[in-house]
Amino acid sequence: MTAPTMDALLANWEMVVGLEVHCQLKTNSKAFCGCSAAYGGQPNTNVCPVCLALPGALPVLNGRAVELATTAALALNCTVHPVSVFARKNYFYPDLPKGYQISQFDQPLATGGHVDIGRRADSSPIRIGVTRVHMEEDAGKSVHDRYPGVTAIDLNRSGVPLIEIVSEPDMRSAEEAGAYLRVLKQILEYMDVSDDSMEEGSLRVDANVSARRRGETALGTKTEVKNMNSFSGVERALEVEWIRQVGVLEAGGTVQQQTMLWDGAAQQVRPSRTKEGSHDYRYFPEPDLPPLVLAIDWIAKMRHDLPELPADRRARFAKDYGLGEYDVDLITANPRLADYYESVARAHGDPKAAANWVMGDVLAQLKTTGQDITTFRVRPQDLAGLLNLMRDGVVTHTAARQVFARMVATGDAPAQIAEREGLVKVNDDGQLAGWLDEVIAEHPAEVERFRAGEKKLQGVLIGAMMKKSRGRADAKQIGAMIAKRLTSNE
Amino acid sequence: MTAGERPRSAADVRKEVRNGARDTQATVEQALQRAFDVKAGMDGLNIFVSLDDALLREHARGAATQLADTEPGSLLGVPVAIKDNIASLHHPTTCGSRMLKGYISPYEATVVARLRAAGAVPFGKTNMDEFAMGSSTENSAYGPTLNPHQTDRTPGGSSGGSAAAVAAGIVPIALGSETGGSVRQPAAFCGVVGVKPTYGRVSRFGLVAFASSLDQVGVFGATVDDAARGLRVIAGHDPLDSTSADIPVPDYTLAGTHSVKGMVIGRPKEYFPESLDPRVRARCDAALAHLAALGAIVKDVSLPHTDLAVPVYYIVAPAEASSNLARFDGVRYGRRLPGDGLRGMYEATRTGGFGPEVTRRILLGTYVLSAGYYDAYYRKAQRVRTLIADDFGSVFGSGVDLLFTPTTPTPAFRLGAISDPYEMYMSDIFTVTANLAGVPAMSQPIGRVDGLPVGGQLIAPHFEEDRMFAAAYALERALGDEAHR
Repeated sequence: MTAPTMDALLANWEMVVGLEVHCQLKTNSKAFCGCSAAYGGQPNTNVCPVCLALPGALPVLNGRAVELATTAALALNCTVHPVSVFARKNYFYPDLPKGYQISQFDQPLATGGHVDIGRRADSSPIRIGVTRVHMEEDAGKSVHDRYPGVTAIDLNRSGVPLIEIVSEPDMRSAEEAGAYLRVLKQILEYMDVSDDSMEEGSLRVDANVSARRRGETALGTKTEVKNMNSFSGVERALEVEWIRQVGVLEAGGTVQQQTMLWDGAAQQVRPSRTKEGSHDYRYFPEPDLPPLVLAIDWIAKMRHDLPELPADRRARFAKDYGLGEYDVDLITANPRLADYYESVARAHGDPKAAANWVMGDVLAQLKTTGQDITTFRVRPQDLAGLLNLMRDGVVTHTAARQVFARMVATGDAPAQIAEREGLVKVNDDGQLAGWLDEVIAEHPAEVERFRAGEKKLQGVLIGAMMKKSRGRADAKQIGAMIAKRLTSNE
Repeated sequence: MTAGERPRSAADVRKEVRNGARDTQATVEQALQRAFDVKAGMDGLNIFVSLDDALLREHARGAATQLADTEPGSLLGVPVAIKDNIASLHHPTTCGSRMLKGYISPYEATVVARLRAAGAVPFGKTNMDEFAMGSSTENSAYGPTLNPHQTDRTPGGSSGGSAAAVAAGIVPIALGSETGGSVRQPAAFCGVVGVKPTYGRVSRFGLVAFASSLDQVGVFGATVDDAARGLRVIAGHDPLDSTSADIPVPDYTLAGTHSVKGMVIGRPKEYFPESLDPRVRARCDAALAHLAALGAIVKDVSLPHTDLAVPVYYIVAPAEASSNLARFDGVRYGRRLPGDGLRGMYEATRTGGFGPEVTRRILLGTYVLSAGYYDAYYRKAQRVRTLIADDFGSVFGSGVDLLFTPTTPTPAFRLGAISDPYEMYMSDIFTVTANLAGVPAMSQPIGRVDGLPVGGQLIAPHFEEDRMFAAAYALERALGDEAHR
């Protein structure tokens, strides 16, 4: 018996997914002490009495973390509450130094938001509800494989500020879950609240998944799937777990509410040893921190000052710059690229030409070097300068590529490079005629065949001209010149 | 043992050191000598859990030099004993527990830093009920402290060591901590002054937490003035404690010049029940008569939810304690006992590290916070706590300036006399209310019964310590020797 395909199962069964996303906030210091929140570092160096939970130490809330959490919540269309309450989530674990995590429980920072992740066939938006956004602190890290036979603890991460974004069980496929995560990541990037790197642990996803027969409205018993380290891993884990659940249900069994761990190498899920429901976190209000009180005016100002959302920017780029959907999506994929493009387009004046260069040469270059646009040597005003040189006929398109390569290498201004490297377009007819004489002399066979009617050989001759001029000749101009000379000499 | 001998006041010590009559080395030396004379050590009164003579002499030399070129502080040269649950450098901070035996804090509490900045010398660490859980100092891993007045009696607790250090004349000032009366009750039993400030008045940073919403560092003084001087130095906003209040601190020592004429002093009937020891009642009435003679108006009032205070306290405090004490897990510091796997290590460490009363309260607190019980216990207790606070609000809102009550229902009981935890809890019956409501309160000696001190308690509205001190100074003057007779 072969395993049933997704499609076959999907005919009768529906997937229901809700996601819990933990996102590390981009603060310099930790949530409740002044220690650096930077990733990495020698183990247990970014620590102090507070994040080590030494006897007598007390937490003090990081105001920047509150700003970033509020920004994120507003961007997800949540209602940010003027009063929210920190709570202790109590459990014992060696990398949880206080024996409790400071989190928020029954009075979270924000509730009732949503994000749109695409459109259905009938063009209605696929809207995923955001149940809540709350603030909490991260635990330390248990290192099991560093020393044989013992577990080592690194508390550098202990107390780093996080938000947890809990979705409604509104996703109906692994693809929708993936789309939600990508949209969420993009929004958080646009809001500049997080570094969003799943590898460094700034974004962590736990998934709740259940299966139900098509047509049913009640939710099936869910399992929680953990330990995914990429968005595609989340999608794959959801499929595998859902197929497992459907198998159980089709065999007449019942799904056990439990935590499943994703094994990416084996592409399998296996039950976690800790039983769901055995944890009683004994939440109660954190007495060391007063309730978090945010002025209504302040919340309104934060909403007003919200950076442009990805959807708004896409709409604006389409309208203001006349770009197609594909181009817009590519250019606005991340806010830094979109900023870069916009600077080039504004400085140069021709948004289409700017788009072609950014999507072509710039992205290709970034891909080759693995660089980020923010550290890219060619600054927007210089790329715009290069486009201006082309538009004004100072350099040819071919020479522009060479200038660009030099700009990438040196960071120098394009006009300076064109001048220095002798890449300014040659408009001197005498010079061009001289080169053409040489080309004709060096390519007698091709000239013969061209004259005999093989017009496509003009390309070879133009190429030879370009080589002689080192790209400084205008292809159109010399094409016409070749045609004129070789036909008039007959 | 010379019970009742009055120590030198902090003001006198400071004056002498400032005018050069003595130096800090001499004051520390004198305190060490006194500790020796009264047998403060383990085989005597057992007041200190750590007291390193050499270290203190070294610090005294350092303090004297440092202050030579700076403005002398208001506690210049004054040795101040520190309760063992307040983080200080050099001496261990063990909370009277095996769990933290030998643990030396790498940082110091804000209150200790402020004492040192004012020229005081932190003078050893004093014995206490383990993690401040107890009312007799008998729950200490180091054995009980004895009451300097009668050594078969308890000094009270949990800050019994600090109260005894002042009562024995070793230091004029000591720091204690309160969660439900742990400064006022031992102050009453030892015949010294004990102040529990308003919640938020003094930084808790570096005070090892028992029940965070109730804990507050308190001050013992041989006299009202000693206590006022001590509190003035440690009080005030601390950015490291989010629950500390940013409210200016008046000079409490000036309260000694204020009159109580026209002050309305409430006498809550719930604190004078039929069952109250008639000799304690008589002492309280005498004290009130003194205040009335000074022009205060004594008025009968009622705080109707008082009888709920102890039950509420024993839900809220253990709940918070069960969480606060989770960090003592054997992983990073303190005691670790081997066991089978991680869970085995936790069980061995915590079973072996905590004494029976701490274990009892952790279990109680864990229970009341459990899913399914939270609403019935913790949430309900917090609601009742609001009612208790509202009692004080109404009384103080009705024109009453201060309340006066006995600090405890009885004078110091015999060591070992109370073995039933619930009976022990009831000795806090007149003190836990102020912690639950967050209002300031203090105990001062108002006379003796069978040679044992009796404490009278003043309770003031939030942040009105000044007013409380005014009455305390006046009463102390009016009582004169009667306070210790």
